[in-house]
Parts: sequence; C-alpha cells; structure tokens
Amino acid sequence: MKLNELTAHEILDGLQAKTITAQAVTACVKEVIQAQDKKIHAYAHTDDAAIAPDAAMAGKYPIPIAIKDNICIKDYPTTCSSHILKGFRPPYDATVVRKLREAGLIFLGHANMDEFAFGSSTESSCYGVTKNPWNLACVPGGSSGGSAAAVAGNEAIWALGSDTGGSIRQPASFCGVVGLKPTYGRVSRYGLIAFASSLDQIGPITKDVTDCAILLNLIAGHDELDSTSANVPVPDFTQSLKKDVKDLKIGIPKEYFIEGVDAEVKQSVLEAINNLKAQGASFVEISLPHTEYAVATYYILATAEASSNLARFDGVQYGLRCQPEQQRRTPIIDLYEETRHQGFGAEAKRRIMLGTYSLSSGYYDAYYLKAQKVRTLIKQDFDEAFKACDAIITPTAPTTAFKLGEKTSDPLSMYLSDIYTISVNLAGIPALSLPCGFAKNGLPIGLQIMGKPFDEEMLFRIGYTYEQSTDWHKRRAVL
Amino acid sequence: MKSYEIVIGLEVHLQLDTQTKIFCGCATHFGRNPNSQTCPVCLGLPGSLPVLNQQVLESAMKIGLALNCTINTFVKFDRKNYYYPDLPKAYQISQYDFPIAKKGSLAVTTNGQTKNIGITRAHMEEDAGKLIHDPDIKSSLVDYNRTGVPLVEIVSEPDMRSSQEAYDYLTSLKLLMEYLDVSDCDMEKGSLRCDANVSIREAGSKEFGTKTELKNLNSFKAVKAAIDYEVARQIKMVEAGERIIQETRLWNDEKQMTFSMRSKEEAHDYRYFPEPDLVPFTITEKDIEKVRQTLPEFPQEKIDRFISQYQLSAYDASVLAQDKALAKFFEDCVVQLNAPKKICNWITSALKQELNTRKMDVHSIKLTPSDFVSLIKNVEEGVVSNLVGKEILTVMLDTGNACEVIIEEKGLRQVSDDEALNKIIDEILKENTPIVEQIKSGKESAVGFLVGQAMKKTQGKANPKKMGELIKRRIQNG
Repeated sequence: MKLNELTAHEILDGLQAKTITAQAVTACVKEVIQAQDKKIHAYAHTDDAAIAPDAAMAGKYPIPIAIKDNICIKDYPTTCSSHILKGFRPPYDATVVRKLREAGLIFLGHANMDEFAFGSSTESSCYGVTKNPWNLACVPGGSSGGSAAAVAGNEAIWALGSDTGGSIRQPASFCGVVGLKPTYGRVSRYGLIAFASSLDQIGPITKDVTDCAILLNLIAGHDELDSTSANVPVPDFTQSLKKDVKDLKIGIPKEYFIEGVDAEVKQSVLEAINNLKAQGASFVEISLPHTEYAVATYYILATAEASSNLARFDGVQYGLRCQPEQQRRTPIIDLYEETRHQGFGAEAKRRIMLGTYSLSSGYYDAYYLKAQKVRTLIKQDFDEAFKACDAIITPTAPTTAFKLGEKTSDPLSMYLSDIYTISVNLAGIPALSLPCGFAKNGLPIGLQIMGKPFDEEMLFRIGYTYEQSTDWHKRRAVL
Repeated sequence: MKSYEIVIGLEVHLQLDTQTKIFCGCATHFGRNPNSQTCPVCLGLPGSLPVLNQQVLESAMKIGLALNCTINTFVKFDRKNYYYPDLPKAYQISQYDFPIAKKGSLAVTTNGQTKNIGITRAHMEEDAGKLIHDPDIKSSLVDYNRTGVPLVEIVSEPDMRSSQEAYDYLTSLKLLMEYLDVSDCDMEKGSLRCDANVSIREAGSKEFGTKTELKNLNSFKAVKAAIDYEVARQIKMVEAGERIIQETRLWNDEKQMTFSMRSKEEAHDYRYFPEPDLVPFTITEKDIEKVRQTLPEFPQEKIDRFISQYQLSAYDASVLAQDKALAKFFEDCVVQLNAPKKICNWITSALKQELNTRKMDVHSIKLTPSDFVSLIKNVEEGVVSNLVGKEILTVMLDTGNACEVIIEEKGLRQVSDDEALNKIIDEILKENTPIVEQIKSGKESAVGFLVGQAMKKTQGKANPKKMGELIKRRIQNG
C-alpha cells in the first residue's frame, strides 16, 4: 500500500516501528496532491508557505491534514470558498487549529467547500466544483466535499469539516469515508466562520473509525473563547473501541425508512443492522414524530442566523471591496450593495434573503419563533427515543452521490438530500457516518449512527464493532 | 392658545468603566491611538466569538438595584441587526426582551418637589466604534477602540413634564451612577449620552401625542434647550392645525434648533433575535443579594445621615452630598477635628469657591484633609484672621504647601498683643480726630470705621475683635 493510502493509526504504528518516516508520508501526500488534484479539486488553497510546520513543533502526530476553508489558519487564506473573502488572511488560529498545531499535525491547505457551507454538493464554491473520487462525474456531497474528497482520494490522511445540517456526514457517505458530527459544544467553534451558530460544529473526516476517535481526542474540549463550548469531561475516545455491542439496544426510526430512500441504500443499511444483530445488539422500532418538519425548521433557523452572520461581509474592513462605476445612492450604501452583489454567489444570496425575511418584523412570530418551538419538539423526540435505546441507526443520505449539475437548478431537491442528517443538528446530538456498502454503480453508501448528547463513545463502539466485521473502509478509490 | 402638557421620556447610554471590554479582553482607555485597543473579537473578524465580561453583569445589576428595579434572573442577549461602518459585525449585541433590570424608579427633586420618575428598563449592550471624517483625504476612517466598550442603556417612563424635570432627572441619575462608581459619567468623553422623547398633549388629555426623538444632545444644558425648542415647535404646529410626524430629530447646538433626521417610515427594522453565540443563563436570588450587599450609601441616605449625625442643615448636607468626593473629604476632616458645622462652612464657601474658579474637583487638588483642618484650627485659635485664612487657602492650593509654612513664610500671624495694637491705635486716633469726637458724642457704630483703618494699616494681621475693644476702651478712658 502506498503511504498516502494509510490510515493515521497505521502511520503512527509505522513511525513507532520506524518502518516509515513522517517526512516520507507528507512528501507522498503532497506529490499526490500535485499530480491528482487537478482531477478532483479537493483543495481551495495548497500554497503552503504560511503553514510549513515549525521544526520546534514536531509533535506526536505528524499527520497530514486538510482543513475546511471556513476554519481560520493564522496568516493563511481562509475564504469559505467565497469571492467576498478573497485575500482574507485571519490574524489568528481557530482553537482546533491551535490544538492540532500543538499536536504536531501537518497542514496541507484549505479544502474546497460550498460557499459559506451553503450546499450539499460542493458545486457552489467560487473556486469551482470538487468531484467525487469514486466517480468524477458525481458530486462529493457537501458542504465539506473538499475535505471528504481529499481523504477519499488519498490527498490527505485526515480532514476537518464542519457540519450544520449534515455537511460532514453526507459527503463522508458519498465519498465512502468516516465522518463525525460531534455533540454541539463538544468542539470549540472559535475560529470557525459561522454559517448558523446554534447548529455549526467542527468534526473529523477520516478513513476509519479508529482514526476518527484519535482525531476527536485532539480537538475536543471546553474553550474559554467559546461560550457555547461545553465544560464537560472529555474521555479518551479510543478506549470505547474496545467495547462490543452485546446487550446494546439500537433504535430504528420508522419515519426514516419510508418513500424516497433508494432501494440499494435501504438494503445496505438493513444488512448492517443484521450484522450488528448477529454480534449481540438488539433493535427496537422507535418514533421521531416531528421528523417531517425538520427540513422546514432547519431552513428557517439556519438561514435566519446566516443572514446575520454574513452581514459583516460589507467591504469595510477586509475581503472584497467594490464600488459601482456610477454613484447610485450614498457612497457607503453603494459600497455595501456592490460588494455584496459581486461577492456572494446565488445560493448565498438566496439564503441571506430567506433569513432576512423570516426575521423581519411582522414575520418573526410566524417563522423564526414557530421554528424555534418545532426545534424544541424535535429535541424532545430524541430525548424520548433515547429512553428506549442506546443509539439510533439510519441511512446517512437517501441516495448515493448524484451527478454533477443534477440538482443545481432545483434548490429544494438539493435541500432534501440532507433529510436524514438535519434533525441531529437541530437536537444538538452527535452522529457518525461510516461506509456500509457500495451500490451497483460503484458508489459508496453511508450508515448513520446517532447518539445521546456527549455520548460519542457509543457511536465509536457501535461503529468500530461493525467496521471490524466488514472491509468497506479498506477499499480505496482508484483514479 | 390652549394649555398643553409636556411629556418627556429619556434614554441614557452609560459607558461602564470596566478594565476590559464587554465581550473580549481589550482595554477600554479613552483617547488612545486609533485601533490600538482591538482584537479579532471586537473587530468582529470572521470566526471570532464573544464571551461575557462578568464585571459588566455585576455593574449592570448594581445599576438596576440602585434604580429600584427588578433584576431579571434569566440573562439573555440578542442581536440588533443594522449596517453602519462603525459596527464591524453589522449587528450590535444587546438585550431585547429580557433586559437585566426593569420596572424601577428614581426620585427627582424639582423646585423643592420630589417626584418618582419611572424606569422602564436598563439593559447591557456593546458600544460601536467611531467614524473620523478626514476632509484632506476625502474619505472616512474607523477607530474600533470603542467597539465593545460596555454600555448600560437606561430608559425612563414618559414621566417628566418639563425640561427642568428632565434636567434634574439627569443630574440625579448622574449623581447616583457616580456614587455606584460604575462610570465616569463624562458627557464630553461620551461616557454618558442622552436621547429625549418629547411630545405634547392638551392639558387633561389621557392620550399621548405623537413623539419626536431628539438626538445629538451633548450636555445637560443642550437636553434642556432642545426640549424647550421642540416643545415650542410642536405647540406652534398644533396651533396651526398641522400634524406632528413621528421622527428622529438632531439638535444643532450652534443654531439652537432641531432638524429632521429620519421619519418613522425610514426607521430600521432591527430584526432582533437571540444571540446564538452567548448561551442564556440564570442568576440566583443569592447572586443578586451578594451584589446588593456591595451597594454604597446613596445620595439621599447620605443627606439624611449628615443631618442627624452632624446636625448640618438640609441645604448644607445636600450641597456636600452632590459631590461624593467632597462629602468624603468633609468626613475625613471631621475625623480630625470634631467641628462638623465649621468644616462644612469652610468647604461649602471658601473651598467650593476656589474649586469653582479653578474648574477643578476635590480629587485633583493639592489639599489633604489634615492640611485643611490645620488651616481651620489656625483661624479658630486666632492665629490668623478669617480673611487671611481664605488667602492662605488660595496659596495652599497654588503651592501645595502646609498652612503653617505659609503663615511663617509670609509673616501672616495675627497681631493680638496689647502693646503692638496700642501702638497702631495711637496712630489711628491721631489721624481721625473727627471720628473720635463722633464716638465720644455717642455714635458707637463709628468704631467699626477705625477698626477698618487699623486692619488696613496691618494688612489684615490685626485681631479685629481685640482691636475694637481696645479702641473703645481708649476713647472712653481718654
């Protein structure tokens, strides 16, 4: 196996046994990026002058990692794959980046993404689309499509993504890799350029569950710079890999297996269920009765927060600044309008308008406030369900990766590709996506495991047990 | 002309003088180099997040308690969305539906009548930056040093009925805040700002008239003048049968007029919604009680105590209490010399006069309570006269020297021994024979003139009381 195809725990073992060197791994990954990224386009920025590792920082984890383009790296272009942030180099590191620096990771660059994480296909980036390493005619999913494609295409050993409504799990599913949306508050958001602050969470994208647990160990924990980060103990997540699934009760929500789900996806998930049953887990049908309102609720709340979060991109302090040729109103209003007109793509504009509308006086109660109430109901659905089970299993996405361009002209059908992932963000709970098969067309299928708040250990325990009895995670895309 | 009632409500923005900003660790000093007190958080850089400064919460609770408000135990922040170049996030973190304090009152005395003005609410928020318009480079610059400086906005009920009441409300509020030691309340530095909502209605009417909001009021005097101008403008309009438009008007201090800035139709829709970056939390009754324990004595309490403890007049007590530092200076003096009335007289007359002419306050002068007490003692003991005492005070403030030093250096010791005084009296009696004759024939009041002459001759050093007695005795005997 080539060095770039290894998992991090294999690399760490190799380093310990002195059979490989960290320099060789990094060099190999960088060569592959050079040779191959033209085809996949997983990266938005790879110029590494600003992120060359400091020799003094050589640490325990010299793992080459791709960072999503919405997570701040000091003095390095951080643009959310949007024109409006062109040239922006934050003067500070995100907390997760600081932690990874301290652990000695090698930053490869910023991974491509849907503009401001608005999308499920990585087609709305200002740098152009990212392609699925398993089939270059298909999307990698999104919005962390660059991160998932980098790992699946062996252009990074690890990646960080962010997940607001499925943006880590859905691309992980489409690209046949492992992705975790941690519990809201488990990982600091300081330095993550916000899409929807109450839903966003940074998480790992890796080749297998073991790597996922190791990477979560490195980024989890309370941060004084983020008031929403939880001050709760952080266990060693790799310990949970040792436990089996005997006597665990796993819920299957009846609302998730109805029309719309692809037959092959359904079949693979049922086979995974049978696998876990054979290993001693029991299954119980549960109900999440407010599931049908999740997408609508999500698109009201997420766009409302986004409309406010993106208001700061006004051309005054940083990023793009445009002035129309002819004065239209006052110079400052012209500056705002022209900068935002030229700087934002179509989907960003759509979401800013949606969110502005639902927060407007006269509409607030009917939309934003109502959606907040439904969000509480959705949360209560999960509280209720977890009284009867230890975890919940569903497909990650209703289909395998769709074709490039297939959904770009139909935003609603694009929004529906997150139908299984959105509720998790609304409830603030953790969920893991891992490969559970391949469709006849050769594209990967993802299994989603949802857990109780701050019980990522349960997800790793179930995920690892399943993974060890399959070889889906060992398959590598061939380009 | 009909009779009209004036209705005024005030919104006061108070900058808290905490060491650091409300949501980050940057310093809050006034007048530093532009953008020298900034960080990713107060610059609103992408990815940065706010964290609440606990000191701000405590100060805001103090303010709420001092204004007799109910403290909301559910602490929540909201975003107020609008675009302006001095607002780097394009929203201000403020409090909307759960202000830290609500439903209070402030006692305000106008023309001897005390009235409780209702306090609607007080809430915490962050200040915006400052725009500097540079005509030389034909563009505007932004100084973000002020962004994120903590503010408490105090909103009154529309309970004031005259510009004088509004003025007195502000004076009382400012004094109370100075007592709390939460703000330097300096309007010139912008640490206290005031907007006024003004309307009129026919006397006896229960309905409110249409209000206008007055902004750009840079002094208490401007608040009063702007209200007076606005009331006259509104009455004139109503008398002419015109309708008053709900609008924001800017006060022009030079022209002493208000000008329309924007109408209600142009008003912003701020699209308030809960700030997702700050998790709401609850404070307990115990927390509130803890803050209540730290509250200082309030002005009215101090006045009452000064009257009972030191037997001061209500007037004197209130003059002292109007200035927290002066009141403390008074009490520090009383500790050293148990003559409160005398000390009070010296403070409220001679010392205050000196402070006024110097435009200084008691903090910034070179005078310790013990220096001041020793001056008073010297006057009391007859070492110097009252008049010379006042001159010595001037020199003490000018030089910072002790009273005794000045007396010795300038030879100001009062002349009281009979021999020396009699020598002077000899001269005066000789020079004023007609007056002496008048006195002899029964016009005793003329003695005062002779004493005056003696004081002149000695440059005030003679003991006037003794001098008068000696002159009388000499004329009677002679």
